[in-house]
Amino acid sequence: MLKAFPLKLELRGAPSQTMTYLSPLLAIVLTMILGALLFLLLGKDPVAALKVFLIDPFSGKRAISELLLKSVPLILCALGLTVCFRASIWNIGAEGQFTVGALCAGAMLVWLDVPGHGISGTVGLILMICAGVLGGAFWASITALLRDRFNANEILVSLMLTYVAQLLLMYAVNGPLKDPNGMNFPQSKVFSDEFMLPMLIAGTRLHVGFVVTIVAALIMTVFVTRSLRGFSLTVGGVAPHAARYAGFSSRNALWMSLLISGGFAGLAGAFEIAGPIGQLLPSVSPGYGFAAIIVAFIGRLHPIGAVFGGLIMSLLYLGGELAQSRLGLPSAITGVFQGMLLFLLLACDTLIDYRLRWKQQA
Amino acid sequence: MTATPARLEIAHIRKAYPGVLANDDINLRVTPGEIHAVLGENGAGKSTLMKIIFGTVKPDAGEIRWNGEVVHISNPHVARKLGIAMVFQHFSLFDTLTVAENIALGLQADTDLQELTARIRQTGEKYGLELEPNRHVHTLSVGERQRVEIVRALLTNPQLLILDEPTSVLTPQAVEKLFITLRKLAAEGCSILYISHKLDEIRALCHSATVMRGGRVTGNCDPRNETSAGLSRMMIGDELVRLRRERNHEIHRNELKLHINRLCLPKAHLFATELKDIECEVRAGEIVGIAGVSGNGQQELLAALSGEDQRAAPNMIVLGGAAVGHLAPNPRRARGLGLVPEERLGRGAVPSLSLAANMLLSHQKDPYVKRGMIDFAYTRRVAASIIERFKVKASGPDALAKSLSGGNLQKFIVGREMERKPSVFIVAQPTWGVDVGAAAQIHAEILALKQEGCAVLVISEELDELFALCDRLHVIAKGQLSPSIQIEQATREQVGLWMSGLWHDTAAGTVATEAGHA
Repeated sequence: MLKAFPLKLELRGAPSQTMTYLSPLLAIVLTMILGALLFLLLGKDPVAALKVFLIDPFSGKRAISELLLKSVPLILCALGLTVCFRASIWNIGAEGQFTVGALCAGAMLVWLDVPGHGISGTVGLILMICAGVLGGAFWASITALLRDRFNANEILVSLMLTYVAQLLLMYAVNGPLKDPNGMNFPQSKVFSDEFMLPMLIAGTRLHVGFVVTIVAALIMTVFVTRSLRGFSLTVGGVAPHAARYAGFSSRNALWMSLLISGGFAGLAGAFEIAGPIGQLLPSVSPGYGFAAIIVAFIGRLHPIGAVFGGLIMSLLYLGGELAQSRLGLPSAITGVFQGMLLFLLLACDTLIDYRLRWKQQA
Repeated sequence: MTATPARLEIAHIRKAYPGVLANDDINLRVTPGEIHAVLGENGAGKSTLMKIIFGTVKPDAGEIRWNGEVVHISNPHVARKLGIAMVFQHFSLFDTLTVAENIALGLQADTDLQELTARIRQTGEKYGLELEPNRHVHTLSVGERQRVEIVRALLTNPQLLILDEPTSVLTPQAVEKLFITLRKLAAEGCSILYISHKLDEIRALCHSATVMRGGRVTGNCDPRNETSAGLSRMMIGDELVRLRRERNHEIHRNELKLHINRLCLPKAHLFATELKDIECEVRAGEIVGIAGVSGNGQQELLAALSGEDQRAAPNMIVLGGAAVGHLAPNPRRARGLGLVPEERLGRGAVPSLSLAANMLLSHQKDPYVKRGMIDFAYTRRVAASIIERFKVKASGPDALAKSLSGGNLQKFIVGREMERKPSVFIVAQPTWGVDVGAAAQIHAEILALKQEGCAVLVISEELDELFALCDRLHVIAKGQLSPSIQIEQATREQVGLWMSGLWHDTAAGTVATEAGHA
């Protein structure tokens, strides 16, 4: 079987720079081709379905603003994960850090947003954002502490803490943070407009958080590519012994990358509840924290790449929603596309170190 | 052509990599029971040729005959089935597995570990390669890891054994022992391909030699009839430079730069070596050597000196008058320490980063880093100047560390540490796996550093190197350091004996001389 296959993989002399950047594009194209095939099997016209998936999210100002809006939590989470993954700290609990960030920010708003409290909207927003960032960072710090003190595996701990976080949120909206006038629905009150993030474009839901996200991506770019601290994280990630020789502390790297990552995820959570959601609900994220893992890798663990990766993932989310409403496909379609994309990306990354060759007929 | 077919005969082998012709029309013939040397500098194409024979690399052209039959060795499994075993220069061992488990990986799937453990002990004893089969590989020193590789190869009862630079980490006595093993194997009919650049060893051991340079065969000879100089000419096209050592008998008056003051360190992990009462002084303008078989505490001592291990009491390590035993690597660098670690890839340099970026491992102050931001332009310029000054063969400061040969990377790392203008320079295994030309250059640089008044500590397992470089010599064995001996009074036999930890009987006289100096 294998012998008959006309192509073979051949090790390159050096990793291909071109393929490093081409691989995500190739993965996207292949995802679309496989997606079209999937639509065909589901009895849909693949061209029309792909149009719904890929083109319709760009139709008009409102649609594009939604695309950008949805990219904010994805990019923010991915920025933090980029730092972690560069340091080989496998934090896959951004979803949980996002949730705790949202919970803390929401609690802050519930506490502040009381008539006659006399807190201005700006101060309130700043306090809310701080609460979100600190909440996310705190949640990540549990992972850091357990790894630091007991050498507990950060993959398992951060993942399991995600479920703890979700239950915590569930408890909060069913208990202390429940809206007393909410007909016993498990949700907080709807926050007043003054405590909502200002809109960027009138008539859309796109808020200033998008600008913050872009600025954050630029700052993180400088951090990971130019600063000694960013460099030390990379060294610790790829060659721990060299990092020790250099004097870069692995404990610092662990704490710094997890706190940054948790902080960004918490910020994303705060932006969500003070932005498109506007209150605390039992579920505040359709898996942004997990999707951000894919975003970080599509973005080649580079902050600017994370911006593009976030936009692509946002497109998949919106395309998936449109596919549900217009084509009558199940909601799982978004997850299927995310999975295909990650899988194909990992497969295409093989081509960074290997090239495809036609087998010589001996 | 002889009547009996050669064990191995390769003809017109050619292998090109992107940008380099690693093997160009190589012919080689090994008869049963022959110890055949393949001699050449790093980068001459020896390793590629061996990988082709072992099936890990596929040649572009050429023919391999095994006992007269044309064979296609498409992978190492085929090679092993034919009866070819190889001991690689770069070990292919899994750190997290034990010695026995690692060896089992290369054998049949149904190998019984218990029985294998016994066989490992047996083979180890028979050939003087003592190993504890249940130890984890990550706790082994370089020398011990090599023993694992050799034992692994011998367990397959090979007809052809390929050894790539096998003696670089052995004591003279152990080399002798290994040679006895190899001669015994050869007498039993096993052919041996012995890759090395150590001319004396090849002359002592091998029956024939193929000399390679730049991917081509440049000569065939019987090394027993050649002088080292003659072999060297064939290998590098030049004769070796003799080191000239200036002796200064007033060294003991010089400033004390490094004082290891009764350093004691308990084991950091189960299989580490405990350091006991290490006492060593290095003065300005002096080169002090530490000999010893790897695994006797060198790793631990080096980690304590570099600051990677900060458990020592402050005054156990005194650097330029300051107690630094508890300090991290960077504060020690600030006090004038330059250090070249034993492992180049992964400790001394990050394989996947450029040479320029690797500068930053030990240069993290202005002007390399300003207010936390890296000045890449400046860093590249310094890296480029090191590449030029030390004649490092690399495409430039942007070349990835892993793209360099061992010798060239070592030259770069030594250059990087010398760039610090250190007042104390510590170097471990300066020329391990490094070709003759690069080794001579590194030695010359170390001597030049001494002339400039630097205090140099060389930790090495190569006695030739220590005898060529050092003013005084210590021996480390079982975590203890012998008293020092002036190099003029040292003999290989005595040092070899000390390597087994037996200096208490013989050292009395030497210690007295030492005391006289102080």
